[in-house]
Amino acid sequence: MNSKKWNTVATGILYFIAGVMILILAFLLIFILWNGLPHVSWHFLTTPARSFQTGGGIGIQLFNSFYLLFLAMLISIPISIGAGIYLSEYAKQNWLTSLIRTSIDILSSLPSIVVGLFGFLVFSIQAGLGFSILSGALALTVFNLPLLTRNVEESLNSISESQREAGLALGLSKWETVLRIIIPEALPGIVTGMILGAGRVFGEAAALIYTAGQSAPALDFTNWNPFYIASPLNPLRPAETLAVHIWKINSEGIMPDAAQVSAGASAVLIIAVLIFNFGARFISARVYGKMTGTK
Amino acid sequence: MADDKNKIITASDVHLFYGRFEALKGITLDFAQKDITALIGPSGCGKSTFLRTLNRMNDLIPGVTITGNVMLHGKNIYAPATDTVALRKEIGMVFQQPNPFPFSIYENVVYGLRLAGVRDRRVLDEAVETSLRQAVIWDEIKDKLNQSALSLSGGQQQRVCIARVLAVKPDVILLDEPTSALDPISSGQIENMLLELRDEYTIILVTHNMQQASRISDKTAFFLQGNLIEFADTKTIFLNPHEKETEDYISGRFG
Repeated sequence: MNSKKWNTVATGILYFIAGVMILILAFLLIFILWNGLPHVSWHFLTTPARSFQTGGGIGIQLFNSFYLLFLAMLISIPISIGAGIYLSEYAKQNWLTSLIRTSIDILSSLPSIVVGLFGFLVFSIQAGLGFSILSGALALTVFNLPLLTRNVEESLNSISESQREAGLALGLSKWETVLRIIIPEALPGIVTGMILGAGRVFGEAAALIYTAGQSAPALDFTNWNPFYIASPLNPLRPAETLAVHIWKINSEGIMPDAAQVSAGASAVLIIAVLIFNFGARFISARVYGKMTGTK
Repeated sequence: MADDKNKIITASDVHLFYGRFEALKGITLDFAQKDITALIGPSGCGKSTFLRTLNRMNDLIPGVTITGNVMLHGKNIYAPATDTVALRKEIGMVFQQPNPFPFSIYENVVYGLRLAGVRDRRVLDEAVETSLRQAVIWDEIKDKLNQSALSLSGGQQQRVCIARVLAVKPDVILLDEPTSALDPISSGQIENMLLELRDEYTIILVTHNMQQASRISDKTAFFLQGNLIEFADTKTIFLNPHEKETEDYISGRFG
């Protein structure tokens, strides 16, 4: 009787806590979307920002965000997969690999503003890349790589040892076992981690302020030669992203409609991050179905 | 008699250490071609460990040292030049827990062949049918080869795992307590299948189930605390063992 009563109480408290969490999240989402969505239009999404007049959009920032994301993932996905495979499948348990793991964990807990300043010193100043998409992409790689690597490692680790034995006992080499059995099995987890990482990168501002810069020069969308200075693909041009733009408008924006632009940009950012999150679930379910033949 | 047949595997004076613990204390044992040999003994006696020395699966465990010789077709598999990948194609293994890959049944069976470079769809189709028929599961699952192997029951999964091994056409099949995770009906199906496979394969079976050993094996080896106590025809072991320990174990006085 008593334990039954406590069970009810404990269940009630847990439901209450979960409910509060969901309410906070729902409130934030509704607040941002409610305030922002009325300002979002095709015009808003495609026109360049204006510094002094009303009617500016976020076209260039939006493009910059996606291009920077693409470059950052292009650099970090191969490295994180290689490092994750090494740590999970090949690394022996010794002081060196435990040092590597500890370093990765420390790296992943660095505040992003510190990563940004590091990127500013190393990529922008020392390497001479200046405020550029490439500096930003490299800084985001530093920011994202530890988490992606750990994600790959943990996804691979979660595959049962009996699968490795099955592969080896079947006469596959170690590399064939990893490549053709373990990685395909871990793929849903790896893909989920990559997409969630992409969402994190997409919303990142602090690491980019001093690396990709805070200005969004006009782009010539008719010239896609990456060496042309106003080309959208030029990786050496400064590129303010959506998240940085929001930060900048709110700290020093002097256009009359700053509040509206900020609200609209926030709504777009939130929607993009939500798409990444739901996309991760959807794609990972599809990948799993495809791998296992359940679909 | 079995003695007239060719010896396919001869193990002599095999010692195995996990770190400093001696798990196998000098095992000398021959396996005749196309026999079913059962390895029995209480938990921790070293029978599974010995089985895994035959395809060098113990190499994967850190801190293991092995001395002695294991000859397959007259070649020492512990010689430095041995290619363990090629070795494990000749000596297939089935584990205690069914461990199908989470792919379709078809892919499970052809995985070894595909990676060996077989592309011809007809060859693969044929291998799937032959192997699944040999594993006595073809009729049950022939209409759902594209379904996930994980959707099958435990007994069916284990037979798919056996088909996966058969598809690579090994000479020897090692089975490490293949039925201990299965219900009696599935176990019986696997036993019948092993009896049919005896015509073509050399089978070495670790089992906890003494009825199973007595029903299907030609020879039985009794292990105790890392030693091989007795190795003889299964009938002799079960009806007329020479050693006191064997008799005690068979009659259920310990273990």
